[in-house]
Amino acid sequence: MLTIDRVSRRFGGVYANQDVTLTVAEGELRGIIGPNGAGKSTLFNLIAGHIRAESGTISLAGRRIDRLPAHARARRGVGIVFQGARVFPGMSLLANVMVGAHAHTRAGVVAAALRPPSQRREERAIRAQAEDCLSRVGLLDWASRPAEGLPLGQQRRLQVARALAGLPRVLLLDEPASGLRAAERQELAELIGELRRDGTTILLVEHDVGLVTSLAERITVLDLGRVIADGTPSEVTSDPAVIKAYLGTGDTHAADR
Amino acid sequence: MTELVAYLISGIALGSSFALIGSGFVVVHRVTRVVNFAQGSVAIVGGMTSATLLDGLLPHGLGEIAAVLLCGVVGLVIGLLAIGRRGTPPLISLIVTLGASMLVSAAIIWLWGQDPVAPPGLGGSVTILGAEVERQRLLVVVATGVAFAALALFFSRSYLGKGLTASASNPFAARMVGIDVRKMGLLAFGLAGILGGLAGVLIAPSNPLSFYSDLPLVLSGFAAAVFGGLTSPLRTLFGGLCLGVAGQLTAGYLNGSYQTEMALLLMLVIMIIRSRAFVQEEVK
Repeated sequence: MLTIDRVSRRFGGVYANQDVTLTVAEGELRGIIGPNGAGKSTLFNLIAGHIRAESGTISLAGRRIDRLPAHARARRGVGIVFQGARVFPGMSLLANVMVGAHAHTRAGVVAAALRPPSQRREERAIRAQAEDCLSRVGLLDWASRPAEGLPLGQQRRLQVARALAGLPRVLLLDEPASGLRAAERQELAELIGELRRDGTTILLVEHDVGLVTSLAERITVLDLGRVIADGTPSEVTSDPAVIKAYLGTGDTHAADR
Repeated sequence: MTELVAYLISGIALGSSFALIGSGFVVVHRVTRVVNFAQGSVAIVGGMTSATLLDGLLPHGLGEIAAVLLCGVVGLVIGLLAIGRRGTPPLISLIVTLGASMLVSAAIIWLWGQDPVAPPGLGGSVTILGAEVERQRLLVVVATGVAFAALALFFSRSYLGKGLTASASNPFAARMVGIDVRKMGLLAFGLAGILGGLAGVLIAPSNPLSFYSDLPLVLSGFAAAVFGGLTSPLRTLFGGLCLGVAGQLTAGYLNGSYQTEMALLLMLVIMIIRSRAFVQEEVK
């Protein structure tokens, strides 16, 4: 589904990503871990389209997306959940999610202007779909509340609902557990597990090794911009190179957490 | 009393045009963070074009609509100049709009000369509370009301309106859900052109426009927009009306040449009072 082939990107002459190659199969939940500075965020931003790769290709469902701007990638099916609070303040939860759905289904400006009855039907369908997405993340009861002032955990769930409304081919989660309390973290893990069972293809970039090993079926480990291991959770956590990478940066307990 | 009523109504009519120009500022600033100072010249293009078109080329109604649509195109072109290049900082775009405004002024002098032009409006007048009121002024008020209602519906109901609102609310997140924020910015510039053109077309029959009218119009419109914190169309409407009425009262009871100074003074007072609100906007 998502193929990243020998992608490299330097910042000030230093490789943040060097020849990174990985393939995420349809319906797979792939975890990306690595110590601080391993290049996880760079890889995420390269896929999302905030930065461009210097070499290598990124393809989604067989079509290259690495030359497209971020919004066009979103339309092609890259659904994104950021760690920051990236909701639309001043809009209700439902409106937030509906924007996500609209961007995907819009037939065209002229058509929308000329055919009000069909647009109204589309509007109803989008509303129903948005409500469905809110209920999947457990926020339907809050649908009419404004998005600002939501606790961080719920803001992140709202982002998940908004991304789902765009019918993503692959859902990118950037450090979804960062800053969450233990209970919120547990809820999030359950939500990701459910999405996985529904067949959503997920790329989970996460600092919390424990969360990733409990959810992902395959894990790619980055260190200093390179892929140093790729395999099942038990394979990578027992890989000497991985243990050395975590020990080497002083993060002594991360690998066996 | 009749005098007062006449001043109030002409003030509301003039204020409506300020509000339309001001809402153009708001629409563009919300989405792009750019202050579009070409907004006044676009209004003049609207008034001038409608005068030319109504002079035997097109009937009433069609002529005005064509002029307003042309202003939408002019607004779009200004947008392309100002934000067409990805990643142009808003302050640079502001300077570009100032330059575009001068270009438009030059074009106005070249095409229509330096003398004030007034297109034919709705003839005749009606008596309200003993005051003679031109029907054109009432048309301005009604048309502005309709325009603001349409604007509100557009932002809350249509996909494009929601896309604009989302882009204004969080451009980064908007890109993440597949909204082309730059295209939304260009759309905002086009919409601002339409609003400015509407203001020019409506106000020109009772207040003849020349290229000199640019500064008073842009200052008054900007003052109205500042009243709305450059973000709220509704408060911009209120600000525009206050400004129009205050200006007409000043003109009527004091001296007509103080009108622009009045707008500047009010703008300064509002900016000083609301400066905290602006700082918070920036921080967000």
